[in-house]
Amino acid sequence: MSPADGVVRTLVVVCAHWPLVAAGSSSTDAAVVIGAGRVVAVSPRARAEGIELGHRRREAQRRCPSVVVHEADPDRDARLFHLVTSVLEPITARIELSTPGVVAFPTRGPSRRLGGDAALADAVARAVDGVMTGMGWPGSVGVGIADGRFAAEQVAAQMVVHGGVGVLDPGTSPAFLAPQPVTVLGRDELTEVLLRLGITTLGAFAALPVADVAARFGPEGLLARRLAAGLDDHIPQVAAPPPHLMVTAELDPPVDRVDRAAFVAKGLAEQLHEMLAADGLSCTRVHIAAETETGECNERVWRQGDAFGVGALIDRVRWQLDGWLAGPALLRPTSGICRLTLLPDEVGPARGRQLGFWGGETAADERARRALARVQGIVGAAAVTVPEVRGGRGPGERIVRVPAATTDPDASRRGRATESPPWPGRVPAPSPALLVDRPVQVRDTTGRPVSVSGRGVLSAPPADLVGAASRPIGVAAWAGPWLLDERWWDPTGHRRRARLQLLLTDGRAVLVACEHQQWSIEGWYD
Amino acid sequence: MFDTGRVTASPSPRPIPGSTSDIISGPVPGSRSAVLRRLSEMIRPVTLATDRTLPVADPLAALLPDGGLARGSLVQVAGVGATSLGLALLAAGRAAGSWAAVIGLPELALVSADEHGVDLDRLVLIDVPRWRRGAEVVAATIDGIDLVLLDRRLRFTASEMRRITARGREQGSVLILVEPGLPDASPSESSGDWSPDLVLTLHSPRWSGLGSGHGVLRRRHVAIDAVGRGRASRPRHVELLLPDQRGSLAADPLEPSPDAVIPLSSREHRVAG
Repeated sequence: MSPADGVVRTLVVVCAHWPLVAAGSSSTDAAVVIGAGRVVAVSPRARAEGIELGHRRREAQRRCPSVVVHEADPDRDARLFHLVTSVLEPITARIELSTPGVVAFPTRGPSRRLGGDAALADAVARAVDGVMTGMGWPGSVGVGIADGRFAAEQVAAQMVVHGGVGVLDPGTSPAFLAPQPVTVLGRDELTEVLLRLGITTLGAFAALPVADVAARFGPEGLLARRLAAGLDDHIPQVAAPPPHLMVTAELDPPVDRVDRAAFVAKGLAEQLHEMLAADGLSCTRVHIAAETETGECNERVWRQGDAFGVGALIDRVRWQLDGWLAGPALLRPTSGICRLTLLPDEVGPARGRQLGFWGGETAADERARRALARVQGIVGAAAVTVPEVRGGRGPGERIVRVPAATTDPDASRRGRATESPPWPGRVPAPSPALLVDRPVQVRDTTGRPVSVSGRGVLSAPPADLVGAASRPIGVAAWAGPWLLDERWWDPTGHRRRARLQLLLTDGRAVLVACEHQQWSIEGWYD
Repeated sequence: MFDTGRVTASPSPRPIPGSTSDIISGPVPGSRSAVLRRLSEMIRPVTLATDRTLPVADPLAALLPDGGLARGSLVQVAGVGATSLGLALLAAGRAAGSWAAVIGLPELALVSADEHGVDLDRLVLIDVPRWRRGAEVVAATIDGIDLVLLDRRLRFTASEMRRITARGREQGSVLILVEPGLPDASPSESSGDWSPDLVLTLHSPRWSGLGSGHGVLRRRHVAIDAVGRGRASRPRHVELLLPDQRGSLAADPLEPSPDAVIPLSSREHRVAG
C-alpha cells in the first residue's frame, strides 16, 4: 500500500440479508422484503423455493405461497444496524457506513494493535456474528480485508457464502479482482455495454487504455475502471475538504427526539449543499457527529457512490440518531443532543451527478418535497402516501397507497394504471370514485334478499338497496352479476365474489359485491 | 378580494399629482384607507390573467371566469359527482407539472384519479389525524403544492378557515373543497364558514349504459352551475359527461353548444346511431 495511490487497506463487514434481519425474521424462515413492489431481499429458504431478487410480490407468492412478506423500511434497517456498529466501536473509531448491512473501516491502527490483519478480521467476525446470532442469523457475516474498499467488499461478499474471513495480502487486490465478472461493479448500464463488447471480467476491463475508457464512458467509466484495476474509488484529486465547509448547529434547548433533530439537520444539510454547490463541489462522504450536554459523542462516516443530495443527507442524520436515541438502553445517551455537526469528508468536483430526491429536478418538485417533509414531520411518515400501480381486478387493488418515505425516489415507480397488462374480469372504466366497504342488503320486489347461485344466476332482479342510507333506496337499473374466482390455488387468499352495478332511483350509481351470500358496497360512482 | 386573476396594468383612475408624499400629507379627498388603496394600486405589478390560472379541460373552461382555475382561489364542489369533478380539476395541473395533494378523503379511489388524468407521479395523499393540527397540515401542504383537494368533512374553526384561505391566496395555490356525494351525507354545520370564491354545484345526474340486467355503466351526463364572487359573479352553466366511457371528463357530443343549433331530426338520428 502506498499513500500515493490513495489506496487504503480496508476491512469490510457484510451482514447478509440485513433487511430481513432487521424485519425480524429468522434465518430458517422463507421470507422476502418488498420495496416499491419488487423483492429487494430474499432469505435462503425462499431462494430455494425459486424466488429471486426483482420479482414482483405476486410472482414471489406464486412460487412460494407460504412466503412471509415484509415491507421495506430503510429507517428500520439503519436504526437496527446501530447494534452492529456499536460492537465495532471498541475496535475502531473510524466506522464508515454506506448502506445498512455493510460497514467498513481502515485497518492500519486496529490491525497493529491486535497483532495483524488475520487477528483483526477474526475479532471483528466473532463480535458481529455474536450480534447476528442473537437476532437469529448465525453464520451470516462475511469479513474481508484487502487494499481498497471495493476489493475488500468483494472478498467479504464471497466470505458470506463460504463462511469465515478472507484476508488478501497487500498488493494482491488486482490479481484477486481480475477474474471477477464485470457485473460486480453494480453499474447496470455500463456492464451491459461491456458484456456486449465481449469484456466479461474486471481484468479485461482494467486492461483497456485509460484514455479510451474516458472517451467512451466518461467520468463514471473512469471510476469503474479504477475499481476494476484494484485502485480505490477515491479520485486522486480528491483533496482534504476546506475547513470552512463544516456546518454546525448548537441546539438550545437540547434535543432528545429524532424528529426535532432531523428538522435541524434539514437546515444544516441545505446549508452544506449550497456551500458545496457554490464551490462547484459535491460530497461523496460525510462525517456526522452529535454531542450531548454530558459530553457523549456519536460519530459516523457515511458514504454514497453518487454524491449526497439534501434528502439523502437528512436521511443519514436521522438513521444515525435514531439508532442512538432509540437504541438499547445501555447505548443510549444520558442527556439531550446539544451540538450537531456535518463535515464533508471527501469532496470532488460536481459532475452533475446529484439525483433529485423525487426524480425530477423542477422547482415545483423541490417545493413539493420540502412541503411534504414538513407535513411528514407533523402527521408522521405513515400518514403521507403516494400511489403505486399494482396489478389486480378490484378497484382498490389496482393502485395502492404506499408511504412516501419508503418509495424509491429515483425510480419511475408509478406510470399509468390504464397501460398495465390486462386483467380479465376487472370492472371496466369508469371506475367508482369512492371506495367504501359497507355491508348492505339487496332485496327483490317482494322484500326477500337477493342471492347469487354458484353458477352466477340471481334469485330475482334487485329492487331495493337497504343499509346504504337511513332508508331503502330503489334500484332503477342494474347489470351483472360478474363472477370472480380469485387465487383459487391459495387456501387463505381464495375469494369468490359476484359483482353488480346498480343505478339507484336517486341518480347515484353503486358497485356492490356478494361474497358468502353477504352483500356489501364496494364503491360509489361519485 | 378575488381580484388577483384579472389583467391589471397599473390602473390609475385619475392622474395623481406630485410625489407619493404629497398624496399622504396633501389635501387629498377621501379617508386614509382610500389613500392606501390608491398607493397599493400604483405599486401593484402587472400580471396577466393567464399567468395566474391553471388551465382546465376544455368543457370546464366555460365555467370558470378566466377559462382556468385562478391561483390562490378557493373552489367549493358540491352535489352528486363532486369527487369526480374534484379529480377532473386536479388533473388541470398536469400540463404545468404541478403537484397535487389530497387531504382527508380516505375513500378516494386512485384508479378513478388515474382515469381522470391526474398525474400519479405528482400526487400525494395525506391522512389528517382527526384530533389535532389539521390546519397546520393544510397550511404546510399549501406552501409547496399547487392544487390541494380538501375533504370538506374535516372540521376547522372559523379562524383556521380564514387562515387557510389567506395562506392559499398568498401562495397562489388552488384549494378545492369537496364533499363526497354519499347518501345521507349531512351538510356539515361548520361548512358555512368557508367563504369560497367559486361554488360549483352538480345536479341532474343521468347515467347511461345500464339496463335491467344487462349493459354496464358507461357515462354520466351532469349539469354544473357555477356561482362566485367578483368576476365569477355571473352565474354560468354547462352540461357535460362526467365521467365518460374512459372515466374522464368530456364534452357531451349529443349536447348542442349554445351557438350551434342542431335540428331535432338529426339529433334523434344521432341518438339512435
